[in-house]
Amino acid sequence: MNKINTFNELKEIQNRYNTLLGMRKINEELEKTSEGNRCSRYLSICGGTGCKSAQSDEILANLQKEIAANGLTDEVTAAITGCFGFCEKGPIVKVSPDNVFYVNVKPSDAEEIVKEHLLKGNVIERLLFEEPSSKIKVKKQEDMPFYKKQVRIALRNCGLINPEDIKEYIAEDGYLALGSVITEMSQDDIIKLMIDSGLRGRGGGGFPTGKKWAFAKMYNADQKYIICNADEGDPGAFMDRSILEGDPHSVLEAMAIAGYSIGASIGCIYIRAEYPLAISRLRTAIGQARECGLLGKNILGTDFSFDIEIKYGAGAFVCGEETALIQSIEGERGEPTNKPPFPAQSGLWNKPTCVNNVETLANIPAIINKGAAWYSSIGTATSKGTKVFALAGKINNVGLVEVPMGTTLREIIFDIGGGIKNGREFKAVQTGGPSGGCITAEFLDTPIDYESLSAIGSMMGSGGMIVMDEDNCMIDIAKFYLEFTVEESCGKCSPCRIGNKRLLEMLDKISKGNGTKEDLHKLKSLGNTIKDTSLCGLGQTAPNPVLSTIKYFLNEYEAHIYDKTCPAGVCKNLLRYNITDKCIGCTKCARQCPVNCISGKVKTLHVIDQDKCIKCGACQTACPVNAIVKK
Amino acid sequence: MCSNCLSENFIVLENFINDLPSKEGALIEVLHKAQGLFGYLPQEVQAFVAEKLNIPVSKVYGVVTFYSYFTIKPRGEYVINVCMGTACFVRGSGDVLDEFQKKLKVKNGETTDNGRFTLGSLRCVGACGLAPVVTVNDKVYGHVTVDQVDKILADYAE
Repeated sequence: MNKINTFNELKEIQNRYNTLLGMRKINEELEKTSEGNRCSRYLSICGGTGCKSAQSDEILANLQKEIAANGLTDEVTAAITGCFGFCEKGPIVKVSPDNVFYVNVKPSDAEEIVKEHLLKGNVIERLLFEEPSSKIKVKKQEDMPFYKKQVRIALRNCGLINPEDIKEYIAEDGYLALGSVITEMSQDDIIKLMIDSGLRGRGGGGFPTGKKWAFAKMYNADQKYIICNADEGDPGAFMDRSILEGDPHSVLEAMAIAGYSIGASIGCIYIRAEYPLAISRLRTAIGQARECGLLGKNILGTDFSFDIEIKYGAGAFVCGEETALIQSIEGERGEPTNKPPFPAQSGLWNKPTCVNNVETLANIPAIINKGAAWYSSIGTATSKGTKVFALAGKINNVGLVEVPMGTTLREIIFDIGGGIKNGREFKAVQTGGPSGGCITAEFLDTPIDYESLSAIGSMMGSGGMIVMDEDNCMIDIAKFYLEFTVEESCGKCSPCRIGNKRLLEMLDKISKGNGTKEDLHKLKSLGNTIKDTSLCGLGQTAPNPVLSTIKYFLNEYEAHIYDKTCPAGVCKNLLRYNITDKCIGCTKCARQCPVNCISGKVKTLHVIDQDKCIKCGACQTACPVNAIVKK
Repeated sequence: MCSNCLSENFIVLENFINDLPSKEGALIEVLHKAQGLFGYLPQEVQAFVAEKLNIPVSKVYGVVTFYSYFTIKPRGEYVINVCMGTACFVRGSGDVLDEFQKKLKVKNGETTDNGRFTLGSLRCVGACGLAPVVTVNDKVYGHVTVDQVDKILADYAE
């Protein structure tokens, strides 16, 4: 594409491309005429990491082969798009304009899609989503319960545009916000607009974005920096990655807008090296934006210059903390530094720096195009707009969901998420990752915002939402998170380095049935001390999973400590193998037992000596009639 | 690794460092490049990087050992990673990891004696819809159960 020299030129180009995505927009008329007729169609194939792992590349290749083989090259286009969010049912192929949403597609289905659907106009029933409760097949995306309650702002272009083509982003009003900001608005105007919109940091902290920009603008310096924090470290959260993979230009555009607002000319994206696909899409996007003159010197013929470079992380959770992140960009160990001075005053290379998270940035072009009033009309009194959650765990519809603030947990888990897997009972939902807490059934009707989640002992966090059922032991879960923070603690301050290790040891002791009443007391007092005295956000929040599980699942801790049992049947040392009446007395188990702890005569019920049993499970495997149970 | 390609790798790395616009703050970038070339970061590579960037080797070592992405031990031909992200964990990836440890007779983070497999764990590949997930080099296996461990290993048998 050629260089775009002025804002007017950009608007003209946008007008010209407007029809580019015409076929992909919901259009009832087009839908009707296309059904059953051989006509132009557009196939969007999910190209997110989840679907790629399930062979979506092969699906695309096979579709293109079949399209060519059947002489449809002129009428039909097949291309990748960003994450549709419905990862549980991936890979996904959407056919437009007749608006058919195929789920769980396999490479071998390509032939049928082309021959049946594209040539004959017959929708392939077996590839449609089936509503689990009613068993009714659903053809359209918007009719699925998974999508009904969602409002997609940050994810607006995911599942719509081809992320590797800047034309499609421009067609969707891309870079218009940047154009209007740098030609028509002052720095203070745009900061005021951000404050009025009520947008708060989506990385977890929830600090108002406009205020953050205002601070960074306040300090004078010869060089300032914008950093995009794409070091998504919460295990089980993948919102930022999906945005970067599905709509990289929205992040670049927002960084340039932020740069203009605070007076920075250099932007830096700090991204995990473990996200190769997101990195390659970003590289492509930056290249295209430079070619079009939307990044680089004198953007759209104005005095404003801004360019972006990519820096790789190397696998350290603590680098999500802004001061640690800055250390890492400078090539150092990612250890946090004391605040103040805040990065807004002295950040990267000791210059004023503004660090924003990917999802925060992705919202910004939409806010500028549609106005602060529009954005602040969505959400609750203190938290505006939407939030993206990575819904996972023991839930039917694993995926990426974006809902308005104020949506209740029940709506997310049961309406959108489709409830608990295999008809099990809901036990808890964990938000905020290793920094957050567990929320129980009694709080399911809490409307989600920053304040309400803190009030019930958890936090918004970056958006990981893990659902647990009755088979999950809460001590095991607390141990899991603490193992993570102990491993990821940078070791700079002692409360985090030593304290969390002691917490983990106590949890381990409890899970092995050796816990005492004092341990429970110590867990609480030490946990609170670590929260009060740690240097950075990692340490200050690390005890949360322990404290919140003690608060809401005290009975489970007590069962481990006093009764030496694990109610969920997870903690291995507390499990017992028992032989039930089903036993036919074949003696196979007794012969397999490595410690000879099974006694019993031929053709009579056998018994396990619990004191000698080492819980290896060999007897259970040996039993031909499944008479041995673990409880 | 043959001695020829080894010295070739050093030349590539040196050229990469010389072409950097600025050596300041470039350490992590250089280490990424070096690990890509050598597969791991042995002492001689760390010393080479330190010399070329004109920084103490202790600093290089400090950075290498801080970040989990860098490794100072050579890895096996096939690197098996069990995802231990929360979504995979609550769906039983811990048991899958145990099974791999049992079958390969190595602990998490170790390499088999014949240098064929390295067993590791990672935090979230982002394919949570496929949980639990196991990756072998670039190939992703979804919905892995303990029973499938043998089958996965058989795919890479000699």
